[in-house]
Amino acid sequence: MSSALAEGSWQYRGLNAQNPGLDHLSDGLIELVEAGVPVVAGTADLQYSNGLVKFARAHPDRFVQFGISEQNMVSAAAGLATTGATPFVATFASFLALLCCEQIRMDVAYTKLPVRLIGHHTGISLGFYGTSHHATEDISVMRAIAGLTVVSPADGPQLQAAIRASATWPEPIYFRTSRGRDPQVYADDAEFRFGRGIEHSTGTDLTIIACGTQVHPALRAAETLAAEGLSIGVIDMATIKPLDADLVRAAAARSSVVLTVEEHNVLGGLGAAVAEVMAESRSGARLVRHGIHDEYSLIAPPTHLYAHYRLDARGIAAVVREALA
Amino acid sequence: MPSATTLLPPDRPWADDTLLADRAEFVRTEAIRLIELAKVGHYSSVFSAAEIFAALYYGVMRTDASRPDWPDRDRFLMGKGHAAVGLFPILADLGYFSQEVLDSYTRLGSPLGDHPDMTKVPGIDFSSGSIGHALSNGLGMALGGRLSARDFSVFVMLGDGEMQEGQVWEAALAGAHHRLGRLVAIVDRNGFQLDGSVDDVIGIEPLGDKWRAFGWEVHEVDGHDAVAVRDLLLLLAERPAEAAPSCVIARTMKGKGVAYMEEEPGWHLGYLVPADADAAIAEIRGARS
Repeated sequence: MSSALAEGSWQYRGLNAQNPGLDHLSDGLIELVEAGVPVVAGTADLQYSNGLVKFARAHPDRFVQFGISEQNMVSAAAGLATTGATPFVATFASFLALLCCEQIRMDVAYTKLPVRLIGHHTGISLGFYGTSHHATEDISVMRAIAGLTVVSPADGPQLQAAIRASATWPEPIYFRTSRGRDPQVYADDAEFRFGRGIEHSTGTDLTIIACGTQVHPALRAAETLAAEGLSIGVIDMATIKPLDADLVRAAAARSSVVLTVEEHNVLGGLGAAVAEVMAESRSGARLVRHGIHDEYSLIAPPTHLYAHYRLDARGIAAVVREALA
Repeated sequence: MPSATTLLPPDRPWADDTLLADRAEFVRTEAIRLIELAKVGHYSSVFSAAEIFAALYYGVMRTDASRPDWPDRDRFLMGKGHAAVGLFPILADLGYFSQEVLDSYTRLGSPLGDHPDMTKVPGIDFSSGSIGHALSNGLGMALGGRLSARDFSVFVMLGDGEMQEGQVWEAALAGAHHRLGRLVAIVDRNGFQLDGSVDDVIGIEPLGDKWRAFGWEVHEVDGHDAVAVRDLLLLLAERPAEAAPSCVIARTMKGKGVAYMEEEPGWHLGYLVPADADAAIAEIRGARS
């Protein structure tokens, strides 16, 4: 069912070769098939953007092209799951989480089917493509859906590890992944546990809780700030739902300030999830949420946007200094 | 006995024509009885589909109530999930759940509500309620069946108002593209939706031409002739796994069986007080005697 282009074609070279992180998507799925998981992968006219073309070449009978019909793809994935298949369907996060929100709620989550949704190119990573292609609401929308697990891997190896770990996770899952050009945080043999945050370091002044693309710049910011004499902890909250509340409470008990950092609206996302835990605990720590402050992004190349919205290492360090001032 | 023109495959249950008519009547009278518990319901949406339900469950589908998750069973999905009160009595009759469960319809904590829930009701192949999803769900099942080399058919009942949902046409494109020969859409063309006549709300004709243009093999049938519906669906259930999918346009009447409901489309959602319910049941039973 694949109509993949030749490997030497301009589309293949131009779109796929630059996305090593998303190669981990196909690699993870190929690993699952080899482990006996009845994977069926589908996409909505984006097999080059998400790299599923690699999976389609390896397992053409397990790949379904749905065309630009995202809602049909999500509902069909649910139907596929009832026949014993483990469907993974992938498209831009803005279309998956927002356009298909109701299909996800009714056909995937309410039915408790083991469908895996891959929302890629999250946040503002599509830069000058603009608001239609940005996803700064998907965490908020997806985590409001009962029974849906929400995962935000920091890099390709962690995405692949999460895909591997999903073999034994019974709930439907929304994977929030970026565009595959992000610096690697973890080694190629990374491991993943659903519902567990990863504590990179602890600090008494401030703990950064970040997810997805913001983990790498948060770690770099913490290095800079440590050199300035500040005690900064960093947590990668790779699963946003179910949230590792124990880790949040521990950070809030240890640090004066908790700073959440996400490539997402500060309303409803990781910052909100952490705020809910802190508000219901007896922590005396102050919370600062950093991300997109309830606005639509400007147009610019992605790196320019990360600098503008202070979602790079320099920007995060500045936000930390302000929070501690 | 089955009609003389039908070659009934030996592995399929079949029913004589009298039983099909009897079960269609049962669907209508049971729907009236159950809606009395809820005090509001979709009588006329059930009545237009009663012969289709009866033909599928007593004449076409390979199912086994003792194994509701049997992987090789034929599947049935309802885009018009609001007619589930017509399906629940059949599932109880076939033994998927007890009379006691059936009689809990819409009461606190019951598995049975206005729309079918696959996680709560044995025999329901997919949950519905949001119009427009079911053909896509069925498409996924047909893909999965072919992928796992299982020999089942997928029947998806769609409302005619449902044709206004864009997702239906996404699924229509994909079903034809992927040549899902064991996917059968059945449009209950009863002509009415909540706000009035389908033709007045947002017209859908020429409906057959639309499905043909999308690459489906189109059949039209009198949706109240249970034997004709059964015979047609039996033939479609034998199609190759890789072929054009089929669309059956079942010409039906909203409210069929109760004269004033046939004339007044406002009965899409309503309530019959007990005396009127008794009269409606008598009318339905009288039509056959």
